[in-house]
Amino acid sequence: MNDMSESDRLPTLPKRSVVSMAGEKLLEFIIRLSGISAIVFVLAIFFFIFREAAPIFFSENFNLVKFLFNAEWYPTSVTNVRYGTLALTVGSISVTLLAMSIAVPFGLGSAVYISEFCSPRLKEALKIIIELLAAIPSVVWGFIGLTVMSRTIISLTGAPVGVNLLNGGLILALMSVPIIVSIAEDALKAVPDSYREAALALGATNWQVVYRVLLPSAKNGLLAAVLLGIGRSVGETMAVLMATGHAVQIPHGLLDSVRTLTANIAAELGEASASSDHYHVLFLTGVLLFILTFAVNLTADFVIRGIRRK
Amino acid sequence: MEHSEKAIEIIDLRLSYGVKEVIHGLTFDIYRHEIFGIIGPAQSGKTSLLRCLNRTIDFESSATVSGTIRVDGSDIRRTKDIYALRRKIGMVAPLPVGLPLSIYDNVAFAPRSSGLTKKADLDSIVERCLKQAALWEEVKDRLHTLGTALSGGQQQRLTIARALSHQPRILCLDEFSIAIDPVTTMRIEDVLKELRKEITIILVTNLTQQARRLADRTMFLWNGDCVELDSTEIIFSDRPANSKTYEYVNGIFG
Ligand SMILES: Nc1ncnc2c1ncn2[C@@H]1O[C@H](COP(=O)(O)OP(=O)(O)OP(=O)(O)O)[C@@H](O)[C@H]1O
Ligand SMILES: [Mg+2]
Repeated sequence: MNDMSESDRLPTLPKRSVVSMAGEKLLEFIIRLSGISAIVFVLAIFFFIFREAAPIFFSENFNLVKFLFNAEWYPTSVTNVRYGTLALTVGSISVTLLAMSIAVPFGLGSAVYISEFCSPRLKEALKIIIELLAAIPSVVWGFIGLTVMSRTIISLTGAPVGVNLLNGGLILALMSVPIIVSIAEDALKAVPDSYREAALALGATNWQVVYRVLLPSAKNGLLAAVLLGIGRSVGETMAVLMATGHAVQIPHGLLDSVRTLTANIAAELGEASASSDHYHVLFLTGVLLFILTFAVNLTADFVIRGIRRK
Repeated sequence: MEHSEKAIEIIDLRLSYGVKEVIHGLTFDIYRHEIFGIIGPAQSGKTSLLRCLNRTIDFESSATVSGTIRVDGSDIRRTKDIYALRRKIGMVAPLPVGLPLSIYDNVAFAPRSSGLTKKADLDSIVERCLKQAALWEEVKDRLHTLGTALSGGQQQRLTIARALSHQPRILCLDEFSIAIDPVTTMRIEDVLKELRKEITIILVTNLTQQARRLADRTMFLWNGDCVELDSTEIIFSDRPANSKTYEYVNGIFG
């Protein structure tokens, strides 16, 4: 055999052109910009809400402690205006807690069922139905709360009014389940099949695979699912406005009516004349809401890190 | 050696993925306390054969199996307790799959799954299995760190320890040494020779010399057919029954 002929030689690899390198730099810049923009948007939203709230926040006769820890909300009283948001905060938190205590077990449970136990055909059907559930507008949920749910609650418990904490919690649970299911199912799907096989080959049952392998390795995604559910519940406005009864009080039981921060803003902002104290206070409750959700996310973040370190 | 009892009986085993048949009717026995070597070129169906034994082939939706496999005399397709069957057979896959758990939890996984909870028992199982897999010295101070953070060869040994953790009657090793250095491989081979007194070992290997060193009998599998199955001395001798065998083990095979 003689030396390699011309055609046998490997083609020489071209040098990368200046244009493609510059293009890559540009792309990198754009991507970085969009990443940073998320931070900018959050800060901007906070800034603009707070700007509307600032006049009351920095005024002489505003008392932050009273604002946070007084349960009396009489923004339009002629003689004695009081802006205490405790009842509203408690309303938001209690409705959310109730909703989550129902939605988290149901949501995670059905995600596990859909991704691990059910037949492929049933799986498709369930996923479509859950997507449908997620697409129902919140005002429709509110309507269901106001009518069907309210009547059911009255006939089952004998409560005088059917629009209350229980009603709002159930409606919110129904609304957050689809979100929790779809995110949690994605998280479980992302666990490599090789883990399942390795565990099953060791003689584990399907159920053991779920709680020994899948739940631990999908925990971040599952927590994200729960967080999005909480976010949905805290932020939901229309449905809770219609289903909770809208009474400003600290609830003593499931059958008491409550009002949430969100519903309060939605209901009153239209009536408050711009640049009145009432108007600014409503924005301040917006800031409070913002801080509340931020705190939830932050806690969850720390929890995840704690788990990871372990 | 005496071949009194059969650990595994395979009768006319056929396996296809979809319409493609990859194992074309194998019939052979594996005896208790032997190391049974399986050699053969890529794609000959070695891994698929092992997956039939513990029925992990069931996870492959396109796979259809026919024929009979008996483990300890009972037909594995009729078994009532598939989990017990899988615990009876330890399986070491060629690519190590460390479960995303700590080293300790990886090895304790199977005993826990079968219901063992006493910490002292688990501790002793973990220690013994890691020692058998020649991994103990390297990890004993960090048993509670993630198993997936080990090096490739260490993970492979971790899967060996895991396969031993449920005290299998039969241990299947599928190219267990591809990521392990020669010295450690020798240490594990010594352990295998030791284990042979208690259990049956099926050794799939691309290193024909490994089969020669360890196996009592060796099967040469080629494209889903058994070309030759005989005692290892004969397979690796100058004149095995089939000339293909001679060519393969001597590397002449095209
Ligand atoms: N999951 C699968 N789906 C479809 N075909 C498969 C699957 N797994 C294996 N096969 C086919 O079955 C045949 C045997 O594969 P197998 O993995 O058993 O071979 P092997 O002897 O273990 O090869 P190697 O030495 O490369 O590991 C191959 O032709 C392969 O393409
Ligand atoms: Mg293989």
